[in-house]
Amino acid sequence: MGFDLPLFPDQASTMATRVDHLYFYLLAVSAFFTILITAMLIFFAIRYRRARHPNAVPIEGSTKLELAWTGIPLIIAMSMFVWAANIFFAMNRPPRGALEIYAVGKQWMWKFEHVGGQREINQLHVPVGRDVKLTMISQDVIHSMFFPAFRVKQDVLPNRYTTVWFHPTKIGTYHLFCAEYCGTKHSGMIGQVVVMEPAQYQAWLAGGAQGGSLVASGERLFRDLACDTCHRPDTGARGPDLAGLFGKPVRFAGGGSAVADETYIRESITNPAAKVVEGFQPIMPTFQGQVSEEGLLQLVAYIKSLQTQTPAAAPGAPPAAAAPPRGNP
Amino acid sequence: MSTAVATAPESIHRRRHYLNADYGIRSWLFTTDHKRIALLYLFSITFFFALGGLFAVLIRLELLTPAGDLMTSDTYNKVFTMHGIMMVFFFLIPSVPATLGNFLIPMMIGARDLAFPKLNLASWYLFMAGGVFALYSVVTGGIDTGWTFYTPFSTTYSNTKVIPAALGILIAGFSSIFTGLNFIVTVHRMRAPGLTWFRLPLFVWANYAASLIMVLGTPVLAITIILVFLERAFHIGIFDPRLGGDPILFQHLFWFYSHPAVYIMILPSMGVMSELISAFSRKRVFGYSFVAFSSVAIAVFGFLVWGHHMFVSGQSVYAAMVFSILSYLVAIPSAVKVFNWTATLYKGSVSYQTPMLYAFGFLGLFTIGGLTGLFLAALGVDVHVTDTYFVVAHFHYIMVGGVIMGYLGGLHFWWPKITGRLYPEGWAKLSALVVFLGFNLTFFPQFVLGYLGMPRRYHAYPEEFQVLNVMSSAGASILGVGYLLPLFYLLWSMRYGPEAGPNPFDARGLEWQTASPPPTHNFEQVPIVQEEAYAYHAAQEVPVAG
Ligand code: HEM
Ligand SMILES: [Cu+2]
Repeated sequence: MGFDLPLFPDQASTMATRVDHLYFYLLAVSAFFTILITAMLIFFAIRYRRARHPNAVPIEGSTKLELAWTGIPLIIAMSMFVWAANIFFAMNRPPRGALEIYAVGKQWMWKFEHVGGQREINQLHVPVGRDVKLTMISQDVIHSMFFPAFRVKQDVLPNRYTTVWFHPTKIGTYHLFCAEYCGTKHSGMIGQVVVMEPAQYQAWLAGGAQGGSLVASGERLFRDLACDTCHRPDTGARGPDLAGLFGKPVRFAGGGSAVADETYIRESITNPAAKVVEGFQPIMPTFQGQVSEEGLLQLVAYIKSLQTQTPAAAPGAPPAAAAPPRGNP
Repeated sequence: MSTAVATAPESIHRRRHYLNADYGIRSWLFTTDHKRIALLYLFSITFFFALGGLFAVLIRLELLTPAGDLMTSDTYNKVFTMHGIMMVFFFLIPSVPATLGNFLIPMMIGARDLAFPKLNLASWYLFMAGGVFALYSVVTGGIDTGWTFYTPFSTTYSNTKVIPAALGILIAGFSSIFTGLNFIVTVHRMRAPGLTWFRLPLFVWANYAASLIMVLGTPVLAITIILVFLERAFHIGIFDPRLGGDPILFQHLFWFYSHPAVYIMILPSMGVMSELISAFSRKRVFGYSFVAFSSVAIAVFGFLVWGHHMFVSGQSVYAAMVFSILSYLVAIPSAVKVFNWTATLYKGSVSYQTPMLYAFGFLGLFTIGGLTGLFLAALGVDVHVTDTYFVVAHFHYIMVGGVIMGYLGGLHFWWPKITGRLYPEGWAKLSALVVFLGFNLTFFPQFVLGYLGMPRRYHAYPEEFQVLNVMSSAGASILGVGYLLPLFYLLWSMRYGPEAGPNPFDARGLEWQTASPPPTHNFEQVPIVQEEAYAYHAAQEVPVAG
C-alpha cells in the first residue's frame, strides 16, 4: 500500500547501535575504494584512449606499489576484523541475570514459554530496558531466530540448545523471522516481538499464566514420568541426586567429564546411555519420544531450579537462577 | 606490425579447419578435438543457463508482490532450488573452464590437444548425464531443499526428489574432476618449447589454480552427497540428530567444497580479465608475477575459509574468529588483482571494443561484490545480514556479475577465433551496456533489502519490502534482455559475420598465431616461444615456427 520505501531498519536494541556503527565504517571504506577504483578506471580509460595515446608505454610493475596495495588493505581489513569480533563476543556472552525465555521452533511456527508458564505462538512479549535471553531448540529441522530490529540472529538446532540475547531499547512491535530455510512455509514462519513498558509487561504476564510456572510444570512431569523413583537424595537411589547438579562438572563412567548445562541435561533424558555418570549403572531408560520439547524444557527448568532448593542452601538464598550457562555458543 | 603473416587470409570456406574437418552428428558426438568439445560444452551450458534463467524469471515474478500469489510455496521452493542447482553446478562451475579453457589452453601453450583427449570427451558425457538426472528430478516433481541441501531437512524431512538431483550433481562433479586433472597434466607436460611457467598467459595460471581446487575439492562434495544419499535411503545416522548424528557436520562438509567452488567459478574469469585488459590497453599486465601468484594464493587460502558460512550455526566463538580472519586474508589477493588491472591501463593505449566494455563491467561489479564480502566476513555484521538478501546480492555480484561478465567478455574476445567471424560491434556494445545497467538495478536494491532484514528464500514477505523488490524485478527483465541479445547476434554472426582473419584484435598469445578457425591440430608447426607473455613491446616480432 502506498509508496513505502524504507532504507534503514529500526534500531531497537543496544546491539543495533553497535552493529550499525561498524556497518557505517564498512560502508565508508567500501565507498572510498569503489570511488577510487572507478575514478582511476575512468580517468585512465579517457586519458590513455587509443585515439589520443596510440603507443602504450611498457611498464612491468612495481614491487613498492604491490607492497603498498597489499599492506594498506590488510591493515584496514584487520581493523574491521577486530571491531567485528568484539561485537560478536558481546553477542555470544549473555549477561548475567537476563530475563530467561524459552523457545521451540518447529515447521512452521515459533513457540515461546516464559518462566511463569505463559505461552505464546509467533509472538514474543518482552519488557523494554532489560536483558532478555532466549534458550532455543528445534523440534525438527534447523531454523534460525532473527530479530532485524535488534540485529541478532542465531540458528535453532535440533537436539541442542542455543541462545540469543538482546537488550531492547525502544517500545514497539518488530519483526521476528525464521532465517534458515526450513521447508514449505519457511516464509510463513514469522512473528512479532512486542517490546513493552515493564509495568505493562507485568500486567501482560499476569493475564497469561496457565498451568503454573515452568518449574512447577517440570516438577509435575518429573513425578509423572517417575523420574523420582531413581533420582532421590536418599542413599538407596539408583540414579544420581540432581540437586545442585546444574552448572557443575560431571565425571563419566567411561572417563571424561563435562559441565552440566541445558544440552547435557536434555541429552541425559533423551539418550541416557551416551554419558553415564561415574559410579552408576547404565540402567536409565530413554525418554526420547515420550516428552515433548516443551516438556524437556520444563524438566530442564526444574532441574536448574533444584540449585537453590538443596538442603544445604541457606534459606533465603537469591531465587534467581545461578550462573547462566556459558553455553558454548 | 601484425604477426599474422603465416596464415594469409584465405576464405574460411576453402580452408580446412576444425569445424569443417568432418561432418555429421557422429563426428561431433565422438570427437576428441578439444575445440569441438569446447563447443559441445558451450551449447550445453547455454541450455542450462537459459533454464536457470527461466527459473529466475519465475522467482522475480513471484516477488513482485508481497503476497506469494503466483505459485504455491512448494512450487516456489522448488523453483529457487532448481535455479540454484542449474546455475551453480551446470553453468557457473563449467562456464569459463569447460568452454574457453577447453578451447584455449592447448592453443595458448602451443599444444595440439589436451593431455587426455578421450577423458575430455568423457567429461562432457558425464556432465550431460548429470544434467539429465537433475532434469529428471525436475520433471518428476522437483526438489525443494535449496542448492545447499542442509540436513536434516534434506535427509529426513523433504519428500521431494532429492536423490536424483544429488546424483546429478555427483556425476557432474566427476566431470569437473576430470577436466581439472586434464588441465593440470596438460599445463605441466605439453607446453611448447621455450614456454616457461613465467611466460604462461595469466589465463592459463588462473585455470591451473582453479583446476587444483576442482581436483582437491570436488571429491569432498562427492563424499558429502553419498552420505546424504545413504542417510536418506538407509537412515545410517550421520546427520540426523534423532539417530545420534550431527546436522552441523553436513554444513562443514558442504562448505568445505562449496566455498572453494566459488573460486573455481571466479578464478577463470579473472584469467579472462588479464587477457582482455592487456590486449585492449596494449600492455603487459602490471605486475605479472603478483597476479599469477595471487591466483594460487586464492586457491590455497580458499580452502581455509568455509566456516564463514556458519557464523550463526552454533560453531564456537573461537572457530568463528579464525574463519573470519582467514576470510580477510583471502580477500587481499583479490584486491591485489583489481589494483593491478587498474594499473595496467596507466599509460596504455586503451580501446573500447566490446570485450573491454565487459572488462570494465567486470571490474565495477567485482569490486562491489568483493567489498561487500568484507561485511560478511565481519563477524558482528554477518550475524545480522547472513541468510538475508544481502548475501544474495553479494554472491550475485561476484558470481553473476564477476563470472558472467568475464565469460561474456571472453566469449566475444575469442569469438572470431572460435568461429572465424566477427560479431556485430554495435549490438555487442549495446548488450554490454544493458547487462551492466540491468544488473545493478536488479541486485543493488537487494543489499538494502538484506540490511533491512528480508530473509532469503522467502516466498512471501512483509509489505514494506515491496518497492525494493519491484525495482529488482524490473532490473531483472532488463538484465534478461541483455543476456538474450548476444544469443541472437552471435548466432547471426556465425553465418553472416565478416571473416575475422587470424588476429582481428592484434593481440599477443600463441592462439592468435594460427588461423581462425584453427586447424584440427591447432598449429601447422609447433611454435617456439622466445618471449614473455603479452610481448606488446618486444624488440622483435614473435617468430612463427615454419
Ligand atoms: C572471490 C570471489 C567470491 C565469490 C565467488 C564468492 C561467492 C560467495 C557465495 C556463493 C556465497 C553464498 C553462500 C550462501 O548461499 O549462503 C558467499 C557468501 C559469503 N562470502 Fe563470498 N564470494 C567471493 C568473495 C568473497 C570475499 C572476498 C569475501 C570476504 C572478504 C567473502 C565472504 C563471504 C562470506 C563471509 C559469505 C558468507 C555469507 C553468509 O552466509 O553469511 N566472499 N560468497
Ligand atoms: Cu524455520
